[in-house]
Amino acid sequence: MEPGTPRGRAAAAAAAADEPPAPATPPIGGVAGAGGAGGVGELVDHLFRHSAGQMVATLTRMLGPQNLSLAEEVVQDALVRAIETWPHRGVPENPRGWLMQVARNRALDCLRRDASRARKAGRLAAEPGNAPAAAMAPLAPATPMTLMISANPLDPAASGADDTLVMILMCCHPALAREAQVALTLKTVGGFSVDEIARAFLLRPAAVAQRLVRAKRLLRERRIAFELPARGLGARIGSALETLYLMFNEGYAATAGDDLVRSDLCGEAVRLATILAEHPATSLPEVHALLALMLFQASRLPARCDAEGALVLLADQDRRRWDRALIGRALGHLERCAAGKRATAYHLEAGIAACHAMAPSYAATDWAQILALYDDRLALAPSPVVVLNRAVALSMVQGPRAGIAALAEVADDPRLRGYYLLPATLADLWLRCGDRQTAAAHYRRALELPCSEPERRFLLRRLAGCEPCS
Amino acid sequence: MPKFLMLARSDARAWEGLSAEEGQRIVKQYVEWSGRMRAAGRLAGSNKLKDGDGRVLAGHGSGVEVKDGPYSETKEVVGGYWLLEAADFDEAVTLAKDSPHLRFGTLEIRAIEEM
Repeated sequence: MEPGTPRGRAAAAAAAADEPPAPATPPIGGVAGAGGAGGVGELVDHLFRHSAGQMVATLTRMLGPQNLSLAEEVVQDALVRAIETWPHRGVPENPRGWLMQVARNRALDCLRRDASRARKAGRLAAEPGNAPAAAMAPLAPATPMTLMISANPLDPAASGADDTLVMILMCCHPALAREAQVALTLKTVGGFSVDEIARAFLLRPAAVAQRLVRAKRLLRERRIAFELPARGLGARIGSALETLYLMFNEGYAATAGDDLVRSDLCGEAVRLATILAEHPATSLPEVHALLALMLFQASRLPARCDAEGALVLLADQDRRRWDRALIGRALGHLERCAAGKRATAYHLEAGIAACHAMAPSYAATDWAQILALYDDRLALAPSPVVVLNRAVALSMVQGPRAGIAALAEVADDPRLRGYYLLPATLADLWLRCGDRQTAAAHYRRALELPCSEPERRFLLRRLAGCEPCS
Repeated sequence: MPKFLMLARSDARAWEGLSAEEGQRIVKQYVEWSGRMRAAGRLAGSNKLKDGDGRVLAGHGSGVEVKDGPYSETKEVVGGYWLLEAADFDEAVTLAKDSPHLRFGTLEIRAIEEM
């Protein structure tokens, strides 16, 4: 191991200090003083995941998209190295830099071993931190010199954000199926494991793995370059937004699956959309609109479940539990999305979400405004789910019977077959009409359809409330 | 205070297929444990040993045989150690029982001979 690497330094430190050093001993090479296992660095939430995503992106830029799997492997190796080392040495001062340095060294080791990849090593060595070596021999195989990297190897301001952005757009390439886009984005940009993705989407891990292999093969075959597309950027952004919204909804709708992983999906979708929104190349009005929409929805997450773990409807939520900080962020992006000339579906849905976020109570909500926004939304792109949501708004403006009448239009829509929210909404509307019997019949229908455990508990409670004796 | 060497053995494959999130959780548990040990004045040192770089020396009459190893064929290899300070063996064992390492491998505690 070369002395310039973290492991090398750690080993050198270990050799020099079998006994704990005096307190005055400075940290060695950015790693906390030997012997004390006293890290000075901080393990911020999701540090491994987010670092993994950024490292895979940066290494993919350096090595080329055809080496995406290699990038993932060496990043995984770096994480394992941290798991083995940090318990003894403590968390390094710059954990991201440490991980990146280890991953980069590991990549160089692999490339050196693989003669056919020697040229790539030259490109890796040509990174800014390795400028002198690169200037001398850009195509030469990497030497130990090239292992020396800049003091701040992973300055997010330098290239990390750019790399992540390009990676998102690559994973959301229109050539890939939507499910493949989501899986690939979560895996490579989000740092999710195959098992975690499988848990979130109720798939077998082998099925997810196969989906990923196919997606990567397609990217290789199409020779998708690792760069901001010069042409068709708008379409690529549109594709990315759809993927991120699907990711968010999978987490938010909670139709099934592991709760913890699912809330992580929401967080990840918001994080990636924020990267798009903050980057000058992709800071389009619809990006801000989608981000505002997701933030408004995410702000309600703390109020969506009660102490017994049952779903709490918007009408019954304790609005004091809404996350005001997220609403504040959402409002900021709502303002920025208004810069656009055309209102996209994201604009309209963010507007609806804003009406809810600003309302003091369910009853005192500006339902007329919401209904108008749903009308615009339907005019833009008809969808049975929007018809369903609009019917609720209509019932708040014109009464429950108007809502029931509006739902007749989608009662037999095959796209809503198996969607428990249709009978559940009808049940609620009939209950508001005072017809408990019809309401109970609809709740029973809803319970026959797939839904999450909190939703099932909610439906059972509502059904019990319909019984005459209760 | 008496010192105790705590050797950490683990299967090199223990981390295979681990997710980033799980990995971070594990590191956090270790860091919290060693933080508690340090705060209590019980941690005298700790190091990770380099993988696969060992030599086994054995004297053979006039010469010395040097072999690479130990190899991980025994499955569980010593990957690192902590040096604890404790009043006696019982306390050392109590401190060690709390270590997250026991979820991933075994710990061997040896008292350092005080001359």
